[in-house]
Amino acid sequence: MAFDKMELKDIEVWDGNHAAAQALRQCQVDVVAAYPITPSTPIVEGYAKFQADNYIEGEYVMVESEHAAMSACIGAAAAGGRVATATSSQGFALMVETLYQSSGMRLPIVLNVVNRALAAPLNVNGDHSDMYLGRDSGWIQLDSYCPQDAYDLNFIAFKVCEDHDVRLPCMVHQDGFMTSHTAQGVHTLTDDEGYGFVGEYKPMNDMLDFDHPVTHGVQTEEDWHFEHKARQHNDLMTKVLPKIQTAFDDFEKLSGRKYNIVEKYDMDDADVAVVCMGTSVETAREVATEMRAKGIKAGVVGIRVIRPFPFFQVQEALKNVKAIATLDRSAPGGTVGMLFNEMAGAMYNLDTRPMISGKIYGLGGRDLTKAHLVDLYTELQANVDAGKITTPLQQFIGVRGPKLSFL
Amino acid sequence: MSEMKKIKNLKEFSTSADRFEGANLLCPGCAHSIIVREVLNATNDDMVLSASTGCLEVCTAVYPYTSWDASWIHIGFENGSTAVAGAESMYNALKRKGRLKQPERNPKFVSFAGDGASYDIGFQWISGCMERGHNIMHVVLDNEVYANTGGQRSSSTPIGGSNTTTPAGTHSYGEKKNKKDMISIMAAHHIPYAAQVAPNKWKDMVKKIQHGFSVDGPVFINAVSPCTTEWKFDPKDTMMLTDLSTDSLVFPLYEVIDGRELNITYRPKNVVPVEEYLAAQGRFKHLFKDQYKHMIKEWQDRVDDNWAYLQRREEARV
Repeated sequence: MAFDKMELKDIEVWDGNHAAAQALRQCQVDVVAAYPITPSTPIVEGYAKFQADNYIEGEYVMVESEHAAMSACIGAAAAGGRVATATSSQGFALMVETLYQSSGMRLPIVLNVVNRALAAPLNVNGDHSDMYLGRDSGWIQLDSYCPQDAYDLNFIAFKVCEDHDVRLPCMVHQDGFMTSHTAQGVHTLTDDEGYGFVGEYKPMNDMLDFDHPVTHGVQTEEDWHFEHKARQHNDLMTKVLPKIQTAFDDFEKLSGRKYNIVEKYDMDDADVAVVCMGTSVETAREVATEMRAKGIKAGVVGIRVIRPFPFFQVQEALKNVKAIATLDRSAPGGTVGMLFNEMAGAMYNLDTRPMISGKIYGLGGRDLTKAHLVDLYTELQANVDAGKITTPLQQFIGVRGPKLSFL
Repeated sequence: MSEMKKIKNLKEFSTSADRFEGANLLCPGCAHSIIVREVLNATNDDMVLSASTGCLEVCTAVYPYTSWDASWIHIGFENGSTAVAGAESMYNALKRKGRLKQPERNPKFVSFAGDGASYDIGFQWISGCMERGHNIMHVVLDNEVYANTGGQRSSSTPIGGSNTTTPAGTHSYGEKKNKKDMISIMAAHHIPYAAQVAPNKWKDMVKKIQHGFSVDGPVFINAVSPCTTEWKFDPKDTMMLTDLSTDSLVFPLYEVIDGRELNITYRPKNVVPVEEYLAAQGRFKHLFKDQYKHMIKEWQDRVDDNWAYLQRREEARV
C-alpha cells in the first residue's frame, strides 16, 4: 500500500518535537529505530502516529533501549538507507558507545537530541549536559534555537551527512521543553519540497548490495587506528562546513530562511558580546537591543554548528569585540565551560585578543532571565571601561546561596 | 523461497563454496570456524552477517583484511543481534519501497556471538530482537567462557570449572554457579525455533539451520564450541571433545518449536559417563582431587536429571 502525503498549512503551530517528527516524515526516512525518553518522547510518538495513519512507508522499530536504538540505526545505515532517531539525556548517555561506533564506521545517521540535564540528581528539564557529552564523538552537531530551526535543520542534517564526501552522522539539538514543548508558528515545506531538498538516499558500501560484499566495523590496532581517526577528523574539520554552507544556501533558495554557521546579531560595531546556544540566543538578542538603547554596544553570537567548531567564523564574528562572555549550560566538571574553552582557543592568537569570561547557567532547567542578561552586559561594559576583567573568570548565573565563583 | 544446499557427505561439505575463508586468526583447533562454515554452508542464499566483539570478530576482520565473502558487520560486544535486526529492517523498508538492488534475492540475516555476548552483556539486545519478531537467526558460539579476553567466567560457565575470575584453589573448586538455561529463556519468547547444535553432528546441525532459515521469525541456536585454549585440551582433539560433550549428554541436542514442542534430535547409542568428558579437559583437572571429587557425582546427577527432564518434555508434547 502506497503511503499518503500530508497537506500542511503554510504556517503550522508546532512545538519543536512535532516539527522534528514532521521533518523526519517528509524526508521519508527508511528506518527509524527509537526508544522514548522525556522530553524527546513526542518525536517518536508523533512518528508512530504518522505510521499508524499511513504517512510513513519506511520501517519503525520500537527497540528496548537507546543503546539498541542506535545499534539498530547503525545496522540499518550499513545496510544502505536513510536512518534517524531521537533521544535525550540519560538515553543519550546510554547511546554514547554507539555514537563513537557510528561515526567511526562513517555511517550517516540523523539523531534529534532534545537537550536535558544528566543525573544525578535526576532532572527532566533542559540543559546542555547531553549535548556536551557528545562533543568528542565525531558527529556533526547542529543547534536549534526554536521549533522552526528544529524543523529546518533536520533537512540540512540529512543533506550534509549523507553526502558521499562527508558520510558522518549528525545531531540536531533543541532545548528540552523550552523548544521541544513550546508551540510556535512554523513555516512549512510541502512534502514534495522537503523530500526534493534531501533527495533519494544514495547508498555506499551497502550491505544489501549482495554482488559487492562489504565488511563493516573492523579491528585496527596501533598499525592503522591512528590513520583512521586522523582522516575522519580531517574530513570533519575540512569538508563539513563548506557542505553545510552550501546546504544553507540551497535551503534559503527553497524556503527564504537563512541560516549561518555562526549567527551574528548586532555584531557590526559591538564592544561587548555574549556567545551562547539554544533558546538563550533569542533572549540575549532581545536584551542586546535593549542595552543599545542604554548606550552599551551589545551584540550576540549564536553557535549554529557546534561540531565541527567554526573557529574561523567565530574569530571573524568577534575579532573587534573588547569583552566576551561565554554562556555554558552544562556543569564543566573540573574545568572551564566548553564554549569558554573553544572561544579562548579561537581568540588567543588574534592581535585584538578580547577579554573572555565564562558563565555557567540554566542547569536542570533553571531559567535565564532578561535581568540576568542585563547584569551580564553591564558587567562586560565594566570590564571594557576598566580595561581588565573585574570579576572571577568563571561564575554561575542564577544559583541560590553562595556565589561559588572560580578562577 | 529459500535455496538450501543439498550436501550428502563430508567430502561434499568440505569442497562446497565457502563464504568464510580459512585465512583467519582463530586458534588451531577452534570449533568456531567449523560451526560458522556449517551455518553458512546450509544455504546458497545471500547473507547479511554480524559478529559481536569476541574471538570470531577479532580473528576475522583485522584491517586491511577480511575472512568474510558476504556482507558482514561488527559494532560492539552487546549489539550484534540488533545490528542484523537493523539491517533486516532496512531490507524490509527498501523491499516495500522497491529500492532493493537485487530484489530477486532472498537474504538470510545471521548474527554470531559468543556466550559472553549472548548470555551476559548482549542478553537484553537478543531478548529485544526475539520479542520484536525480526526475521533473523542468532547463533551462540558457546565455549562457556570469555575466551577472547583470557578465560574469565561467563554465565554460561558450568559449575566446577576453573577460570581466571573463578579459579580453583585450596578452598575453592572454581565456578560456583551452574550454566544459565539460555534455550529455555529464548524459547519462552515463543519464537518459532530454538535449538542446540554441535559441530560433530553436522547433519543434525545443517537440518536445524535449514529449518531455522525456513521459518518466519527469530531463531535462536546454541552451538557447543569446545575451546582448546580455555578448556585446555590438545588442538587435534576438538572433535573428540565435541563427541564427548554430546555423547555424555552434557550438551544434549534438541529443538523447541514455537516455544512449546520439544524434540530430542540425537540419542547417543552409548552414553559416555560425564567423568570422561570432565577428565578430557584441563579446566576440570582439580575436580579429580579427593577434596573436590564429590563434584563429579554432582555433575553426573545433574546431567541425568536434565536428560530425564528433556525426555519428559518431549513425551508431554507441550
